Amino acid sequence: MATFTLPKNSTIQTGKTYKAEAGAKNVKAFKIYRFDPDTGQNPHYDTYEIDLDKCGPMVLDALIKIKNEVDTTLTFRRSCREGICGSCAMNIDGMNTLACLKPIEDVKKDVRITPLPHMPVLKDLVPDLTHIYAQLRSIQPWIKTETAPPPDEERRQSREERSKLDGLWECILCFCCSTACPSYWWNGDRYLGPAVLLQAYRWIADSRDEATGERLDFLEDPFRLYRCHTIMNCAATCPKGLNPAKAIGEIRQLMIERQG
Amino acid sequence: MSDNSIKFPMRTPLGRVRGLGSAKGGTHHWWMQRVTSIALLPLTLWFVFSAASMTGQSFEATQAWIARPFNAVLLLATIGLSFYHAAIGVQVVIEDYTRGELVRTGGILAVKGLCWILALVAGLAVLRIAV
Repeated sequence: MATFTLPKNSTIQTGKTYKAEAGAKNVKAFKIYRFDPDTGQNPHYDTYEIDLDKCGPMVLDALIKIKNEVDTTLTFRRSCREGICGSCAMNIDGMNTLACLKPIEDVKKDVRITPLPHMPVLKDLVPDLTHIYAQLRSIQPWIKTETAPPPDEERRQSREERSKLDGLWECILCFCCSTACPSYWWNGDRYLGPAVLLQAYRWIADSRDEATGERLDFLEDPFRLYRCHTIMNCAATCPKGLNPAKAIGEIRQLMIERQG
Repeated sequence: MSDNSIKFPMRTPLGRVRGLGSAKGGTHHWWMQRVTSIALLPLTLWFVFSAASMTGQSFEATQAWIARPFNAVLLLATIGLSFYHAAIGVQVVIEDYTRGELVRTGGILAVKGLCWILALVAGLAVLRIAV
């Protein structure tokens, strides 16, 4: 059976509480998942009380404040802090999103932060993305052509052809969607997941690409493509407002179209 | 991640992902799920309303209703599509949640076998009354 409960050495225990400094008026508690592979101990939640009057508005601001001022061992990925690099994807208040785009004030109670669900955890909020990057590579996310490009200009595309890529090119590969998808949780070894399938469709839909059939051949598989059951968690959680399920639907439509 | 990383601990991530390659299938299965569910919408409504309107009827009247060609044909269609739809639907559930080739393949074969038998039994019942 698919595993629905955490293994014994993964159950989350209660950790330390770091109190807010005396005199702080606008205090918010951040309960953050901590795991250190070197200690051999179970993961636990540490609680950090932060004075919001001395903190930026986003969850990432609070994480950086904690790392700078309270606990330097807290580990997380971040880079651009403006929602374009996808590094700070994590589960905040039960929803996968980017810490840099998530306002603290949107969370009513304590801010609970865990790594992206159902991925191997390397440390604290850092998941191991090796497998999902390999899946991305497997769909060959680059233009494939045999015709040489025109010698003195770029490959041309009409406005209509270009508009087919809208809603696809914006994906920043944060993998909030794939790690929110139950089908990806249960069968992620073979199912490519919403993020990778949206990328696959981004190249299938590109009028300049000459390998559409080859790409469809690669995807035509009960597990790679057809594990999507339109649960729609992907679209609900996408911090960029994209709809991977729609891209998956478009791929399936092409699968039908090429048979008839 | 689990199955393949245990089977091939030293294989590269890309090698694991490519695995045995595309099965070159799945489209027909998915399409048939959609087609049968749409076909079953009117058929099921027809069957439910017909069955409800037969309440209180005698055994002979019910047999006569089944024996009418129009009803017999629709009944056979409902039976065939229902069990086909059920078999390919449960197959997806088994593929989603079970682990191991033996359980997976065995479970799917068992469900398909059961659906075949039940469909044949139900179909034969209609035919014996109608023909």
